[in-house]
Amino acid sequence: MVMFWVLLLAISILLYVLLDGVDLGVGMLFGLTNGEVRRGAMLSAVAPIWDGNETWLVVTAVILWGAFPVVYATLLSAFYLPLIVMLLGLILRGVAFEFRYKTQRLRWIWDLSFAGGSLVATFMQGVTVGALVEGLQVTNGQYSGGDFGWFTPFAALCGIGLCLGYALLGACWLVKKCDAEIRDNAHRQIRILAVSVMVFLVVVFVYALAEHLPILHRWIDRPYLFVFPAIGAVAAIVLALSILRHNDHWPFYMVALIFVSAFGTLALSFWPYMIPFVITIDQAAAPQSSLMFMFWGGVVVFPLMLLYTLISYSVFRGKIRTTAMHY
Amino acid sequence: MDMTALLLSRIQFAFTITFHIIFPSFTIGLAAWLTVLEALRLATGRPVYRVVFDFWLKIFGVAFGLGVVSGIVMAFQFGTNWSVLSKMSGPIQGPLLMYETFTAFMLEATFFGVLIFGRSRVPPWFYLFSTAMVALGTTFSAFWIMVNNSWMQVPSGYVMENGAFVPNDWTKIIFNSVVWSRFPHMLLASYLTGAFCVAATGAWYVLRKEYHAESRIMLRMGLGLAAVLMPIQLFFGHLNGGYVNTYQPSKMAAIEGRWNDEKPAGEVLFAWPDVESRRNLFAITLPPPFGSLIDSDSLTAAETGLNSIPPENWPPVVIPFFSFRIMVGCGMVMLGLAWLGTYLSFKQRLERNRLLLWSTFLSFPLPFVAILTGWFTAEVGRQPWVVYGVLRTADAMTPFLTTREATISLVIFCAVYAFIFAFGTFYIYRLIRTGPGGKLFETPRLAVPSRPMSLANADHIFPERSHAGAGE
Repeated sequence: MVMFWVLLLAISILLYVLLDGVDLGVGMLFGLTNGEVRRGAMLSAVAPIWDGNETWLVVTAVILWGAFPVVYATLLSAFYLPLIVMLLGLILRGVAFEFRYKTQRLRWIWDLSFAGGSLVATFMQGVTVGALVEGLQVTNGQYSGGDFGWFTPFAALCGIGLCLGYALLGACWLVKKCDAEIRDNAHRQIRILAVSVMVFLVVVFVYALAEHLPILHRWIDRPYLFVFPAIGAVAAIVLALSILRHNDHWPFYMVALIFVSAFGTLALSFWPYMIPFVITIDQAAAPQSSLMFMFWGGVVVFPLMLLYTLISYSVFRGKIRTTAMHY
Repeated sequence: MDMTALLLSRIQFAFTITFHIIFPSFTIGLAAWLTVLEALRLATGRPVYRVVFDFWLKIFGVAFGLGVVSGIVMAFQFGTNWSVLSKMSGPIQGPLLMYETFTAFMLEATFFGVLIFGRSRVPPWFYLFSTAMVALGTTFSAFWIMVNNSWMQVPSGYVMENGAFVPNDWTKIIFNSVVWSRFPHMLLASYLTGAFCVAATGAWYVLRKEYHAESRIMLRMGLGLAAVLMPIQLFFGHLNGGYVNTYQPSKMAAIEGRWNDEKPAGEVLFAWPDVESRRNLFAITLPPPFGSLIDSDSLTAAETGLNSIPPENWPPVVIPFFSFRIMVGCGMVMLGLAWLGTYLSFKQRLERNRLLLWSTFLSFPLPFVAILTGWFTAEVGRQPWVVYGVLRTADAMTPFLTTREATISLVIFCAVYAFIFAFGTFYIYRLIRTGPGGKLFETPRLAVPSRPMSLANADHIFPERSHAGAGE
């Protein structure tokens, strides 16, 4: 039962990163673009789906709370300020989707809040993951790292890395959804972003191995685990080929695969810890009566959520070319 | 434990949840109303329903967006500020909110996208289905929230193990009389909010002599629905009083401004509760047995007074006392307006009665005030407990939260919420003022033009136009 919820949690986190990564990435690239026509098109590429994408963050949070309450309580309170700032970013970018079409003169405010909010939210997510990888300072089961204990050079590096990563996802999405100038521009951006992201991933992996000896031993003891980084490497090669051939669809799927392999590598490095070297999966699990009650939500309703997501993506499939996308 | 951080955290939770509930209570009602409109349009084929639908959909879009972004904060705030609560009650509250997210949020988000952007991409039946799914999603969300909050009001179906609330009977947690009187109360409150906002908008257009057909649909449907729902709402409100009286004597005593045990009890209509000297100033009181009749449906029942409850278990008496009265007052005014308006509507005299039209127009804040004060009564009245009778609010906070952190976050929330609230309500106001037929401004919205040429020329073709009807 515990493993079932670990699985659903992993799926939710992955879906969140892949899906909301797309629209957060588009949000950041939006800030680098000018011209109402181009900006409007970029927004149209994510406007119908962003809300559902972001909902996977809430799904992640409530699975964590219901199935692993100790982790929910410990992580959220330890990362107090970064999470509040992340929420602030998500708020500002979320309202921009509706607000920017309600004004002309002040549209720049919502364009700024869309791009800025996306950037801040992404950076904070990266910082949080980075600080978690580095290790939380915990005494007697309680966070003791102080108000800004999470802010380290490594965490900041992870913040920047995630910004690059989401921007890469966003650029691949734009190539997939858009035409003409936006697509060509995104094609150029993919090259730079892809190289930066690959360099970043290698640096982080090596750093984690060097800092945490237990992780190094795990990888040395079980070399078959290298299948995950290897998948990432293959995906990177296919990505490079698909960009050289100006393909519109392969880059997105390959970048998604790179994210999956990075996520798998990270999760395997710390298994069975949920908060590295402090709380394991079994220590964190909610009582059996809670997990059993949630089980039906997991087997019946969770697949429904996947179905809704599929419906959403299939209704809005294909390239956007219509005029007057917004009502 | 940092007492300042505790106070700031309480203010922050109160502020963010107050801000949040405004939007769901509006959109739950609007979603149901949109479903009715779309069904009517498909059934009758009258284009006016489409016009009214499209108009309210725009307003729905803005309010829904504000509800979504302020709601995400709630999913995190239990953990950030109230980590002791979330660790202890996680086995119960976590699964309940998980069911809310699973059953409601993804449903809403997906079909909201279809509603706003998908009209041309899906068949009409699917569009109606999407509208109904959004309405269903908002209802599910309200249900699980009420289950969750009702458990905090009247905890049941659990045992304490290793300092955590471990559920041992989920049917008691979900199917109890508290949930099933509070959930309809909240749902009806949301429908009434939608009804009064729609009716007020209709009344405004009638007064302005604009949008003849649309305004009459809004005015009559809004008031008519409210006329039917208001008495049902009062009935459920009375049932809610019953649960408070049974399970939360301290809240009931505060609401009633009752200091001494009475048998049978009188009923304080208005007063200023003086907590220092434990008495009511300027009291207007109905004699016994009115208090027993109202609280316990009995002529002889004994009612508990605050003096027989230790003061450290009292809520801040003044807040529930007044917020309850404001809520009931709003309800009475809405009942009067709805019945009178519907009566005049049957008599075909509504459109000529300017006083009633003005009153209806100005009534739109009432349902919001009623919902907020109702929640203040419920939540402040529950204090000093976060889980009534079991866990104190002061013991539920993140123990290492500092005043500095709490100050930073509260300032951030206040600033950002004030900013988006100001713009959000302004944009909704402007949409309503512009009306169903108007355009905010004259700019065709382009996505990607199929001809690359038009990209370069676009600024030339579509320069910033006049702000006709926009009036920024």
